[in-house]
This record gives sequence, C-alpha cells and structure tokens, in this order.
Amino acid sequence: MKFTLSPEQRQFAASIGDLLSGSDVPGLARRWGAGQPDLATWRRLADLGVTGLAVPERWDGLAAHPVDLVVAFEELGRHAVPGPLVESVAAVPTLLVELGDDALAGRWLPALSAGTTVATLAAPPHLPYALDADLADPVLLVVDGTLSLARTTTALSSVDATRRLFAVDGAGVLASGPAVTAAAGRAFDAGTLACAAQLVGAGQALLERATDYAKQRSQFGRPIGAFQAVKHQLADVLVGLELARPLVYGAAVAVADRSATAGRDCSAAKVAAGRAAYQAARTALQVHGAVGYTQEYDLGLWLTKVRALLSAWGTATTHRARVAAALRDAATTAARR
Amino acid sequence: MDLDLDAGDVAFRDEVRDWLTEHVPARPLPSMDTAEGFAAHREWEATLAGARLSAVSWPAEYGGRDASLLRWVLFEEEYYAAGAPGRVSQNGIFLLAPTLFAHGTDEQRKRLLPRMARGEDIWAQAWSEPEAGSDLAAIRSSAVRTDGGWLLSGQKTWSSRATFADRGFGLFRTDPDAERHRGLTYFLFDLRAEGVTIRPIPQLDGEPGFAEIFLDGVFVPDADVLGEVHNGWRVAMSTASNERGLSLRSPGRFRAAADRLVRLWRAVGAPSDTALRDRVVDAWIGAQAYRLYTFGTVTRLAEGGGLGAESSVNKLFWSELDVALHETALDLLGAEGELTGRWLDGYLFSLAGPIYAGTNEIQRNVVAERLLGLPKGT
Repeated sequence: MKFTLSPEQRQFAASIGDLLSGSDVPGLARRWGAGQPDLATWRRLADLGVTGLAVPERWDGLAAHPVDLVVAFEELGRHAVPGPLVESVAAVPTLLVELGDDALAGRWLPALSAGTTVATLAAPPHLPYALDADLADPVLLVVDGTLSLARTTTALSSVDATRRLFAVDGAGVLASGPAVTAAAGRAFDAGTLACAAQLVGAGQALLERATDYAKQRSQFGRPIGAFQAVKHQLADVLVGLELARPLVYGAAVAVADRSATAGRDCSAAKVAAGRAAYQAARTALQVHGAVGYTQEYDLGLWLTKVRALLSAWGTATTHRARVAAALRDAATTAARR
Repeated sequence: MDLDLDAGDVAFRDEVRDWLTEHVPARPLPSMDTAEGFAAHREWEATLAGARLSAVSWPAEYGGRDASLLRWVLFEEEYYAAGAPGRVSQNGIFLLAPTLFAHGTDEQRKRLLPRMARGEDIWAQAWSEPEAGSDLAAIRSSAVRTDGGWLLSGQKTWSSRATFADRGFGLFRTDPDAERHRGLTYFLFDLRAEGVTIRPIPQLDGEPGFAEIFLDGVFVPDADVLGEVHNGWRVAMSTASNERGLSLRSPGRFRAAADRLVRLWRAVGAPSDTALRDRVVDAWIGAQAYRLYTFGTVTRLAEGGGLGAESSVNKLFWSELDVALHETALDLLGAEGELTGRWLDGYLFSLAGPIYAGTNEIQRNVVAERLLGLPKGT
C-alpha cells in the first residue's frame, strides 16, 4: 500500500501550478466570461500533457493513471481555469475509448490530446447543457443509449460567467445501444471524478485566500485572524478539504482498478468535495466581508465556480442516491453469502 | 498510488480475523465502567495478550509483534468488525506507552510494559483538575522532594475508571516559581497507595466511569518519574499528540459502526425517507474518508514523516463523525431510539468525543494557528 502522491506526481502538479500562476488566469476568466474565450493557455496546458492524460498512446495520448488526472484537475480548480476541461480532458476521451469504435476514436482523440481542438458533451438529465459548445469539435450528445453529434440552439447564462452553456439538439447519430450506455456510464464517472478534484482545488484556493486576508486585515486593533470566531471557521474548512481529498484519490484508484465500487466512490468523492468546497466558499466570502462581494475582486471567480460545479456533473442528491443504492446492493450481496 | 496489501499484510490480517472469530465472546461483556465489567474486560486483555494481540505494534520483547502502522490499522479494522470488547487498557496502551517509548528509561519499559500488555496493571490518566481543563498548564497539584522520591498532593478529576484501575499517570507541579508550562513533572503513581482517596463520579449514562482522585502526601519513588524532572509538559504533549492522532481512534472503529448503521438502515429505514437515507450515506462517506485519510497518514509516517498538529484534524473529524453517526442511528430507530441498548450506549459515549483529549475548540485553535499560521489570540 502506498496512498500518497509520487514525487513525479507532485512535480506534475507544481508544473501546472507554475504555468497557471504565470498566465493571468483571472484575466483570462474575465475575458472568457465576457464572450472572448481564448485557447492560448489551453495549448500551453497541452504542452504539459494535460489534454492527453486520458487518451491512449495509440491516439497520441499519455494513457496516464487516473490519479494523474486528479492531480491535474485539482490544480485547474485551484486556479479557476475556464473552459470545457472536464468534458474535453476527462469525459469525452473516456467515452470514445470505452466505446471501442476506432473510427470515432481516431477521428477526434489525436486532436484532443494535442490540444488543437476541444470537445464538449451534453448528457441529460445530469448534464443537460454543453459547455463552450461554440468552441468545440465535437459537440456530443448522449440520450437514452444514443450518441449523436449535436448542434447548438440557445445560449444560456450560468452563475459562473465563464461557464458558457448551450442547449443542444441531436444532429446525426454516431452509435447506439448498450455499448453507448456502458461507455457513457464510465464517462460520467470520469467527469464526476474530475469535477470533484476541481472542487477540492477551488476550495483549497478559497481557503488560502481567506487565510491570507485574515492575516492582513485588522479590526479592533488586531488581525481578524486572531479572533476565534474567524479561526474556527477556517479550521473547519481545512478539515473538510483534508478529508474530502482522500476520497477523490481513492476513487481514482478504484477507477484505475476498474473496481466494482468505482461509480460509488466517484459519487462519494463528489458529495464530499462539493460540501467542502462550498463551505470554503461561504467562509471565504464571510471572512472577506463586503470586498469579497464585489465583481472587481477576484474572489468571485472561485465563489461562482464552486456554486456552478455543485449543479454540474450530478447534484449531491443524485450522488447520495447512487451511494445509497450501492450500499443497499452490497449489503444484499453480503447477506446472501 | 495504490491501496493494495502485500502477502504478509494479508496473512497477518487473516490470522487476526481467524483468531477473533474463535475468541470474541458471543455475548457482549458488561460495561467496563462497572466493577463486574471492569474485571471481565481485564480478563479479556489477558486473553488477547496470550495471543500477543493486545499491543501488536509494540516490540516483541514487551509482548507485541513489531507490527507496522498499517498492520495496526488492519488489526483495528478486524477487531471492531468482529465486535470485540472495548479496550479497558486503552489509556495505558495508547496514551502512556507511547510516552514510555519516547521518554522512559529501559528499566521502566521492562518493568511496566509487559504487565500493561497482559492487563495486570490497568492505568488511569490523571490530567484534569477542577481549575485546569482545556487550560491544562493551570494545574495546581504538586510534588515535593523527599528521601528517595516525591510526595504528591492535590486533586485530579475526570479520570476514567480510576475507581477500578491500578495505577495513574499525570502532571504535578515540582517548581512553583517557574513559568507555568515549566516546573511540571510527569509522575506514575499507585492508585492504592497510602494517601490516595478515590471518589467515583457517575457519568451521563449512570455508570461510575469517572472518578476524582485526592492525593495527600502520596509517596512516589524516583524510579516512577517519567522523563526529566520539570520537563513534564513536553513529555505529556507527546502523549497528547498520540491520543488525538492515530493511536486512540483508529478508522476501524468508525468503519464498523458505519457498516452497522447501513445494516440498520436496510432493516428499519423507510424507503421513502430520503432525508434519513442521505444522513446514513454521509456517515458512511465520513467513515470512508477517515479510513483513506488514515492510509495516507500511515504511508507518510512509514516514509519518515511526522504527525504533529495534523492530529488535531483527525480528532475534530472523528469526534464529529461519531456523534453524527450515532444520532442517525437513533433517528432511524424512531420511537425506539430512546430505549437503552447498544446504539444508545454508543451515542452517549460519542457525546464525550468533542470534549476529551483536548476539546474541539482547542483543536480548532491548533489547526488555525499551526496549520494555517493564523495569529495567536490574546
């Protein structure tokens, strides 16, 4: 047993973090939200291998371990990077690989891996809209065991301005049947896992920003971080994030092992990561006070993203129901034995 | 990153599992907070020790098996999954023994540890005083020099099972003029010595699990000073870190309780009650999170890392989880939830978790100041 990141994984996280720290991601996010998305940072992430993590080597990818994917998404969440990352880097590659259709895989995976195009996906009911569909090729739609290409109809606006969502219609069936259902299930798990990792990263960023602010801001003649009412809230945020993170990594190990519990574990990770990140968001806003509530201040980029990601990739209600069903089934199996 | 066990770990786990299947009493023992239950639990400790299972992580020369931390975690998972009795010797094995390993003399270890492992000496902690709870450095009980040792005087309180136990350990002030964290010394003393009076205090559940200890010139030989004279604060803090950390609350305890909760939900939960179902799920997720978090800690410690203030993160999490888990069980039981029984016992026990081993308020201060670097309060 070895349940810590390897030095290489830590180095990978640090490389992504260094790249993003030097990329003015808040500026990028503001332009993205104003309708001027720009894939320059995406291409630099591709140079680090991020976009090829879930792509097999035969389609020019890295065929990385799911833990590496989680490492990357934690950093992407920490820096609030905009764009269809979960879709293009985790879910769509998983869908195309699991489907086992070489023609479809060969058509898109090399370009996705290289970062020269991005993909997006809608899969109602949990994923009703396609993120950044006007940038993406392909735009995919999965409904009731049918995979289609899709065209965009209406643009919608999200609490997170960088999440440019589109309603889509099917425009040409690519595949259908049980294989699509099974592949879509794996893709949903992969997306859920990546989203959970993003949430942990976003929560960590919120905790760090709130902690820094509590050290600098003085009231009543001392830093507000010296007051227990502030300290204890931040301590609770830290505990929530520290205990959510192992669930995310544990789910990645289960996915790698193709364990029967992988779906359950991805759901548990999303529930815990969502709760911890949301607690971080509420606390960070409260600690910052009025300045945190302004659009000018960058904190809002994380606050709104966390709220949006609670709704995306399955709500807490959905994922708790999935865990409950798995526990009920497991108990039944155990009782019969 | 993986969660795989090697063949040696699996063999160890299987041996423990088989032994427990054969030896765990079919009927639960009476509460260890009663005289009868205490005696039964002491006997169980001897049975465990006969298989060298009472302190698996200790060196073989003291009755252990030199088990790695991972194997200790596996042992605990099997132990609680098997529904084995609570550990009446836990204060000695999990609080005092780590301190003896870190600060004791060879003579002390040889004299005290084997008897502890066999349940021949059951140890009670004597930390708190009426005016020193969270502010432990405010203690007033004192020790004064005498021929060949020390004379202890003062009052200790909230000492678990001191009414039935054999020996006690705690801090006493040896230099009244020193700054309050200095001038303290860590003593080991006989609860049946002349000058010791013990008054049981019934707990919330009605059992005399607590006690007050009054000391009036109790003689302790130099051989029973643990660590250096006047250095007791530092010595004791190493024990505190063990208590809050891995040692006292292993994930197996919560995993077993969460599995029981899931079984209870399957048996009595109304399918339409998704609110209670979600609480069951959250408790199960919490137990799973603590288990995986612990595997991460075990890996880091095996690679030479330290625990330190992170033990406060553990303590905050498991103590809140334990309360939530038992509250959910009582609510699942509906109108039956108020009746005495295993879940209610567990619930009452869980309520103490946020208080003992350093209150959760103190733990949040530790997390905020040492892990987040926030300024100390005034």
